[in-house]
Amino acid sequence: MTQPVIKARGLVKRYGKVTALDHCDFDLMPGEIVAVIGDNGAGKSSLIKAISGAVSIDAGTIELEGKPISFSSPLEAQDAGIATVYQTLALSPALSIVDNMFMGREIRKEGIAGSVFRALDHAKMREIAREKLSELGLMTIQNIDQPVETLSGGQRQGVAVARAAAFGSKVIILDEPTAALGVKESRRVLELILDVRSRGIPIILISHNMPHVFEVADKIHIHRLGKRLCVIDPKEYSMSDAVAFMTGAKLPEGAVEAA
Amino acid sequence: MSDTTQPTRKGQEFEQTLDASDKTVASFEHESRGFVDRLQHALHSNPTLVPVIVLIGAVAVFGLIAGGKFFSAFNLSLIIQQVSIIGILAAAQSLIVLTAGIDLSVAAIMVLMAVIAGNLSVYMGVPPVLGLLASFVGGTAAGLMNGLLVTRVKLPPFITTLGTWSIFYALNLWLSGAQSIRSQDIDANASILKFFGNNIALGGARITYGSILMVAVFAVLWYMLNKTAWGRHVYAIGDDKDSAELAGIRTDRTLLSVYALSGFVCAIAAWASIGRVGSISPQAFYEGNLQSITAVVIGGISLFGGRGSIMGALFGALIVGVFQSGLRLAGVDVLWQVFAIGWLIIFAVAIDQWIRKVSA
Ligand SMILES: Nc1ncnc2c1ncn2[C@@H]1O[C@H](COP(=O)(O)OP(=O)(O)O)[C@@H](O)[C@H]1O
Ligand SMILES: [Mg+2]
Repeated sequence: MTQPVIKARGLVKRYGKVTALDHCDFDLMPGEIVAVIGDNGAGKSSLIKAISGAVSIDAGTIELEGKPISFSSPLEAQDAGIATVYQTLALSPALSIVDNMFMGREIRKEGIAGSVFRALDHAKMREIAREKLSELGLMTIQNIDQPVETLSGGQRQGVAVARAAAFGSKVIILDEPTAALGVKESRRVLELILDVRSRGIPIILISHNMPHVFEVADKIHIHRLGKRLCVIDPKEYSMSDAVAFMTGAKLPEGAVEAA
Repeated sequence: MSDTTQPTRKGQEFEQTLDASDKTVASFEHESRGFVDRLQHALHSNPTLVPVIVLIGAVAVFGLIAGGKFFSAFNLSLIIQQVSIIGILAAAQSLIVLTAGIDLSVAAIMVLMAVIAGNLSVYMGVPPVLGLLASFVGGTAAGLMNGLLVTRVKLPPFITTLGTWSIFYALNLWLSGAQSIRSQDIDANASILKFFGNNIALGGARITYGSILMVAVFAVLWYMLNKTAWGRHVYAIGDDKDSAELAGIRTDRTLLSVYALSGFVCAIAAWASIGRVGSISPQAFYEGNLQSITAVVIGGISLFGGRGSIMGALFGALIVGVFQSGLRLAGVDVLWQVFAIGWLIIFAVAIDQWIRKVSA
């Protein structure tokens, strides 16, 4: 049996009195797209924040390629190859597209300009950002220095997705990446997701859009009341089944719902 | 969840028509806008434009009113000299304001460090260079203390520095015994403390080393803020700290470095202030904290953080100096100078509010 890329067991996360994760398990196998679906407030964002180091968990273990990890910051997760597009996008609105794409991973000039004077290589970063964005097809390329706040919601999402796609080497996590997008832009993000998988990088996709989930996911993790209710194969279940499971209208065979 | 459709595995039919759709990507058409709209966008991408225009306008207007007296090389160099200390403090203040903070203690740190350098070198026989070194270490430590209270104890910067302002001021009165160190005593024991009071005569202009220092401080900080990753992080933190953290910035560490650097710059201001004033007075620059904020605000740096250029603070300080000098030479009572500066502040903040409303 192949080793999971990410294997989480018994995750617990509390915010004061709210238990966002209640002994939650999670698995991601190499090269697959796992969609996480669940009601609002089920704890989906908390799950991916635990994996990406954005929140510290109160209990449980997470393994990346078999090695236990405990990230104390998103930076550590990024350095380990886990790139995340957060629901809030985590962009700095007043800064430019390039600045945002390279936030925390800036490229310095070569020679003493970079090593002693710490000068940034703006030209190189622009070039790479342009490349990544045109791969995505979400941006016209001459406006790379435009502040992010002057972009539309879809364009902002495009920048955030491009940033993750450019820097995620082991896992890419997307928290509702198409929520603010139009039909055409959503399609591009889905194509990007499939494209990233074809490069062998597994993806965790949180989405409320059932057609999208059923189209791209290899497995669907149904999250309910802070834990994994079940994992279903989208080829064997219908969308209405999935929605029935995640809302508690129906129980999957063999699953016993905790109170 | 509304979209509980039949199970489909063949993609999404409603999207099939996309193949035939317009292939132009999301673009940023800038259809012709009205003048006001374009002005708003211009200021949005370059908020320092306002202080530059105000500065040029003020120089022109006072030049017309007060004539040659105002426009003389001597008077213009005097203005720069007069704003040099508040200017350097405004540079320190800008760093904090860019992170969406505010520092009420900058002038208190400066005066305390001048007193420390003076006490050590004039009264205690410490070599003046070591006295200055102590003030730099002290200034950095004082800034770091503000930073630790903000990042570790999670106090708002306003409250933190309101507290440390009092603390540093009290320490300063205690160390100095509320007595000034006289100019002659400094000359006799530690003339290097007055180094930045020296000047170069250029025609009618008297350019003090302190004026040059102010410009140098701004130039170095401008480079750090605009050309290094650290600078990008400072802006990102001021813009949205949570986002910056999620994007992978160690925000608390960066904030600590900002506060420490700001304290260091206050110590630079301390050295410069000894040359400018001649003596070391524990009561000097009591309004320096607020004056530095005034310069920063007039300079178009947003109090909400993340917006504006540090060069704006330099222009802000110069604008205040030009108003004071121009109104004085025009024979206007000091109270109207204060009155005018007050309106400038309100004007600057109103412009900032308007600029930040810009949208796509
Ligand atoms: N920072 C926070 N502080 C307090 N409560 C939170 C915080 N983040 C999430 N929660 C709570 O945790 C629960 C799970 O939230 P979340 O993980 O965002 O769910 P989902 O992404 O599935 O909608 C919700 O009840 C939410 O209110
Ligand atoms: Mg969520």
